[in-house]
Amino acid sequence: MQSQPKPPRQPKRECEIPVIEKTDQLFVLLQHWLVSFLPAAMQPVAGVLLSVVAIVCIFPALFALTTVFERKGLGRIQNRLGPNRVGPFGLLQPVADGIKSLTKEDIVPLSADAVVHYLAPVVLVVAVFMGFAVLPMGRKMVLVDLDAGLLFYFAMGASTELAVFMAGWSSRNKYSLLGAMRAVAQMISYEVVLLLSSVTVVMMTGSLSLTKIVEAQNQYSWGLPHWFIFTPWGCAGFAMYAIAATAETNRSPFDLPEGESELVAGYHTEYSGFKFALFFLGEYLAMFSISGLGTTLFLGGWSAPLSSLTWVPSWIWFFTKLMLSIFVFIWMRGTLPRLRQDQLMNFAWKFILPMCLLNLFVAGLWTYLGSGWLRWVICSAILIAAYAAMGWGEMRRGKIGPRSYRYAE
Amino acid sequence: MLGEGIVKGMAETAKNFFGSYFSADRLTTVEYPEQRIASFEAARVFPFLVYDAENRDGGGPEWEAGLRCVACQICEKECPPKCIYIEKSKDKKLDYLGKAQYYPARFDIDISVCMSCQICVEVCPFEAIKMDTEFELSTTDRFGGLLLDREQLAKSNKYYRKIHPAEAAGVDARLAEDKAKYDAKIKAAADAIAAKAAATAEEGV
Repeated sequence: MQSQPKPPRQPKRECEIPVIEKTDQLFVLLQHWLVSFLPAAMQPVAGVLLSVVAIVCIFPALFALTTVFERKGLGRIQNRLGPNRVGPFGLLQPVADGIKSLTKEDIVPLSADAVVHYLAPVVLVVAVFMGFAVLPMGRKMVLVDLDAGLLFYFAMGASTELAVFMAGWSSRNKYSLLGAMRAVAQMISYEVVLLLSSVTVVMMTGSLSLTKIVEAQNQYSWGLPHWFIFTPWGCAGFAMYAIAATAETNRSPFDLPEGESELVAGYHTEYSGFKFALFFLGEYLAMFSISGLGTTLFLGGWSAPLSSLTWVPSWIWFFTKLMLSIFVFIWMRGTLPRLRQDQLMNFAWKFILPMCLLNLFVAGLWTYLGSGWLRWVICSAILIAAYAAMGWGEMRRGKIGPRSYRYAE
Repeated sequence: MLGEGIVKGMAETAKNFFGSYFSADRLTTVEYPEQRIASFEAARVFPFLVYDAENRDGGGPEWEAGLRCVACQICEKECPPKCIYIEKSKDKKLDYLGKAQYYPARFDIDISVCMSCQICVEVCPFEAIKMDTEFELSTTDRFGGLLLDREQLAKSNKYYRKIHPAEAAGVDARLAEDKAKYDAKIKAAADAIAAKAAATAEEGV
């Protein structure tokens, strides 16, 4: 009796969906449509599998595009043309790179721990992919809507360190090991900053669920969105999150673990061919996922930047913000020189970490000061004063800032 | 202020990034196989043997007939990495002056050994060996392909004038001067013989 009215209702409801919502939910509807061919018992599993396949296809494709655009962008920054030989404007360069890395000899050092050496790139890529599971890439476009999504994300992000150390340790190479030790030291130091800068957002929204965090930012007053970056604590938090994210993904200027001038190639010195390509993929995927999380936490996730632009599909906004973050990553890589190990550690523990703790306090203050204009002034003033004072003090003591050389002058 | 330098640097790279799309003269690089920069006068890669197209004594192909090299083997002895191998000919042929000279029956340079020091060029008294500017010499055979023989090494004086115009002009002037001197000497000798003959004839009369 109950199942009788169901079949005619289903298509009727789909017809009622307006075009804007249809484009917004394009991928969700596509998934439902594809799954509807299967028997009902298999539908949940198939739906999840389909989403997984989509994630596993889209982000590596984005990685391929990013590598060529990064090389072209860096070229432009250095007043060069960049790759332009393979295909129109060099756009087929990733295909050539892929074929090259597939056909290259896979060398495993004789004294390496073969199993761990083999597993390290796999573990890295898998751990990085897991992070995408909780990222809301559009309205209702999230693979697993965990209540503790943020916690899950950080747990997965932390396990990439294991893969890095596996690679360095199993290679039986001093450069690999040194690179891995540096990487682990750096990643753990900046993991603290990454977590503490995200905690402010959790304090504000009262939820670890990433979908709830986005929904909290998807409100508008006078046409402007309530993104957390537009608040004093959010702006400071985002700046620290961005720095920590750069260090976490081993990107320049924090690319010490693979500092070629000292360490050949760091922890992946002994990797060649497709295993190296996997490390490369893992690095870029980590960049995408950490940018995605930054977008979700501070830049409003999939929400539109103006209330008049809400008709644009939500996934377009998410990926636009993601690619903009990637552009900034590339821009920084083209600008900043690599830090020294002691500068890196001093920066993490003596500058960013105190600022993070202060930011937590400011975020608390923000809630207790009510909703007047006063909280804007007080919170901004505290953060700017702290930044200026700490920066001035640290620079005067030579802890951070321009390099000084004791012997080579 | 902390971070000032970073902001300045980011502005600079952003200027480069967008500027390179609008002004082509920002791009300092050249798309090599299609576009090339003309080589400099003093550029040098590996030595080559100069031949004169006008000198046709001895027969054979032009390059063989006109080689300036007289197989004196000074360059072979002076070459620091010992990359030159010369075999002197048994017979002689006329050089540009009209003197009978030996010529190299074999002249090989191993460019995988050559270090482009130009000492062979400095010591050659005959202006026969000069430095080339050709650099696209890659080959799939690293032994035979890099051992250049007489024929591969021989290049015309015209080519030399093209790659090193100022230097070639000096060499041409010097050779013309030598030839003029030699011709005058021959003429003087001939005149002297003629005068002597005339004198003896006169005496006889």
